[in-house]
Amino acid sequence: MYTVADLKKGLKIILDGDPYLVVAFDFVKPGKGQALYRTKMRNMVNGTLLDRTYRSGETFDPASLEERQMEYLYKEGEHYTFMDQQTYEQVVMEEETLGEAKNYLLENLKVEVMLFGEKAIGISLPNFVNLRVTGTEPWAKGDTSGNDSKPATVETGYVLRVPPFIEEGELIVIDTRNGEYSTRVKG
Amino acid sequence: MKMNALWLRANLIKAVRNFFWERGFLEVETPALIPANAPEEYINPVHTLPSWQLQTSPEICMKRLLCSGHKKIFQISHCWRSNERGSRHLSEFTMLEWYRADCDYHTLMGDCEELLQYISICCLPKNGCFMHNSSKIDPFIPWQRISVQEAFSRFGQADVWDCLRKGLYEEILVSVIEPALAQFDSPVILLDYPAELAALARTKSDDNEIAERFELYLGGLELANGFSELTDPLEQRKRFEKANIVRSNSGQAALPLPEPFIKALETMPTSAGIAMGVDRLVMLTAGASSIDEIVTFIPEDL
Repeated sequence: MYTVADLKKGLKIILDGDPYLVVAFDFVKPGKGQALYRTKMRNMVNGTLLDRTYRSGETFDPASLEERQMEYLYKEGEHYTFMDQQTYEQVVMEEETLGEAKNYLLENLKVEVMLFGEKAIGISLPNFVNLRVTGTEPWAKGDTSGNDSKPATVETGYVLRVPPFIEEGELIVIDTRNGEYSTRVKG
Repeated sequence: MKMNALWLRANLIKAVRNFFWERGFLEVETPALIPANAPEEYINPVHTLPSWQLQTSPEICMKRLLCSGHKKIFQISHCWRSNERGSRHLSEFTMLEWYRADCDYHTLMGDCEELLQYISICCLPKNGCFMHNSSKIDPFIPWQRISVQEAFSRFGQADVWDCLRKGLYEEILVSVIEPALAQFDSPVILLDYPAELAALARTKSDDNEIAERFELYLGGLELANGFSELTDPLEQRKRFEKANIVRSNSGQAALPLPEPFIKALETMPTSAGIAMGVDRLVMLTAGASSIDEIVTFIPEDL
């Protein structure tokens, strides 16, 4: 249990049943009056921001979040299934909850799944993933148009810009933090 | 603290001293370690030696100096308030207080105007404006004076007495009134507080519901709190006891009464006194958004 005076940036609490991350916090005390605590919090499930003001004495339950390594199994419609390889326990996440992360999910990829109780609320990916190019225009040798990149589709269906020399069937490294091409996997 | 903030702070304190010396005020030092502060509902002293406390304000001792015949005194001292920490609060902070005999709160409002103009000339660059967040505050244009009652109705479409009854006073003040005051490009004086919000202030002679208290705001930042002093020992004792009842009801320990101070009130002249946050004055002069930027060390770094 936290009291409002324990709150600080980075703390995770439960509010109306959802986990929230405290992103801003200030103590104010107008003219000899009662102390107030102004907070800004982010809902860790849907990302919305919330401004709330509390008086001293209010209490909160800490949101205990667990990160567990799991393997991505398959998708069915908009549902993505992950499995804990130790316990064989499976969790399902909606496409909307995954956001950009869905672009890098290849079967058997190991990711960290964030669990709030039984519920999976997000994943963290490795910074770099290897994905095979499934479609791109061939490099027109002697092309002097000056274009230094072209679109390419990878095996997850994600489309990104790659250098002109990348060929269909090649394995490339993608930076999951910005979604950009990083390098080519040699050999 | 950055090198220039350190110089600015030192210069500002020198300017404050010069201002009061030039006007014939006596600079005093009173003990910071005392057996009792004036009990307040929402201010918690730091306890030290068994049954002694650090001052939350030097007011008790400074008012006793008025009782012993000093007419114009000022002090720059450290004060301590337990569990106060935020972007504008430190548990240990620097306070400027000054007191005048034979005056009321209007004289202090005039002092504030002169003091801020003096600091602007001594410490601020070209345009002479104080800064808070994105607001520029010019102390040389006419100051706004707005009663608390008017501020609540004008900016919050609310009745201050109603807000007090419903326990919403602080919320409205912080979320509606202070942001509205930040829109003014002059300093703003909020004055004439509901009597229950002024434990040591005199009420108006024609209205005992209103206390002769004011607060000074620059850019929505509360800088000073002043009032015409209550000089009635019986009434003062009643108010302290009432504050202790509020404390007990909300689970806070009741505080000892400053008996020698209450006794001294019997000889206290008509007078007025004010407390101004020096750290906040430095913030406004430096354009700092957090108190952390203008002190040598913050508690978390000690």
